[in-house]
Amino acid sequence: MRLPSRNLAASLAVALALGAVPGRAWAAGMPQLDFSNPLLLGQVVWGAIIFAVFYGILSRSALPRIDRVLTHRRNRIEGDLDIARRARDDADRAVDELRRARHDAAAQAQANIDRVVQEARMAADAQTQEMNRRLVSDIADAEKRIASAREEALASLPAVATETAQSLIEKLLRPAGLDASVSRARIQDVVQAGLSSSKG
Amino acid sequence: MAAESTIDALGQFELHPVLGQIGEALRFSQSPLFMLIAVVLVLAFLYLGMRPAAVVPGRLQAAAEIGYDFIHNMATDTIGEKGTAFFPFVFAIFFFILAGNYLGLVPYSFTFTSHIVVTVSLALLVFLVSILASLKAQGMKFFAHFMPEGAPVFLAPLLIPIEILSFLSRPVSLSIRLFANMMAGHVLLEVFAGFTLMLAGLGLFGPALAVAPVAINVALTALELLVGVLQAYVFAILTCIYLREAVAH
Repeated sequence: MRLPSRNLAASLAVALALGAVPGRAWAAGMPQLDFSNPLLLGQVVWGAIIFAVFYGILSRSALPRIDRVLTHRRNRIEGDLDIARRARDDADRAVDELRRARHDAAAQAQANIDRVVQEARMAADAQTQEMNRRLVSDIADAEKRIASAREEALASLPAVATETAQSLIEKLLRPAGLDASVSRARIQDVVQAGLSSSKG
Repeated sequence: MAAESTIDALGQFELHPVLGQIGEALRFSQSPLFMLIAVVLVLAFLYLGMRPAAVVPGRLQAAAEIGYDFIHNMATDTIGEKGTAFFPFVFAIFFFILAGNYLGLVPYSFTFTSHIVVTVSLALLVFLVSILASLKAQGMKFFAHFMPEGAPVFLAPLLIPIEILSFLSRPVSLSIRLFANMMAGHVLLEVFAGFTLMLAGLGLFGPALAVAPVAINVALTALELLVGVLQAYVFAILTCIYLREAVAH
């Protein structure tokens, strides 16, 4: 035990402390320095025991318990912050995704519209071309028919003209008693010449 | 008491055996009894406060945690990284002294910190712990501290005794500071309480005059509440400073 040495030091300290106080009369009046009372040093022994037990309980049980609570709280707060941070990241990502999805959808819709418009335009073009082609062929047919009719008409023209001329001649000359016997070939030549000159 | 013309200011520091014969035989006085009460109160404060162990603390738990954080910060800030190892020791010192100081303010109680043998024991405990920690952390280099670095060698015969003396005076100043503060405060309280009794016995105007010392005692009690926590703090912070020197380098 180091108690005796501690007691020695204690009395030494007290002597030092009270060195300035003249005489021992006042010191003797102080119950704190009444070393004849066994209770005085008894409190040192008891104090050592009580303090040792106090320290033991504090360091083994009481303080670690508080430390556990504080550590748990710190971890919990950190964990909650992590969760919150992760939730925020998730939300950000979701918003990004939403924005991208909307953007994609808009782009796709635009593409669809473009395609439909394009198709409609192409269909219209095709229809127009088809119609044009039909019209062109119709026109061509009509022209062909007109041409052939004209051809026919033109072809029958000399005969008709000759006929007409002959009958005109006969009707003009016969009442006058003139010889209306002009050869048919002669009239035909004249009509042919007239036609060709008018044609030219 | 009221009829006595003298004030027995020192009688409050007398030690009496508790529980008669048993206390006498075990040398168990009110002083250890109040140490026990102080320790039980501190432990009850911690255990009852931390019983909910809630993430969001109630009042008592918050108070216990403030006490914990206060000493923990003091220990780690002052001592440094190794402060955690000494934290329970500093905590025990602080709350033992604080509870002792405050218990002494309760009427009919006893202030064990007003006994020099108690404060010297505590101071020597701190002294011893710091020396042991120093020897463990620095080995024989510990003794090099008695010669200040950079001082001229020819001054060594003068400096070394001074340094040793200042080192040895630490437990003396540590213990006497606490002891003197607590004793002075309680003597003052007792003296003014005595004045009240003496004035009250002075006849017609006595009781009216006796109010003055009561008012002073109220103020003194407030002061003692401050001194009580201040002295505990000073003791604890000096303990931390000595321990920092011990584990530094």
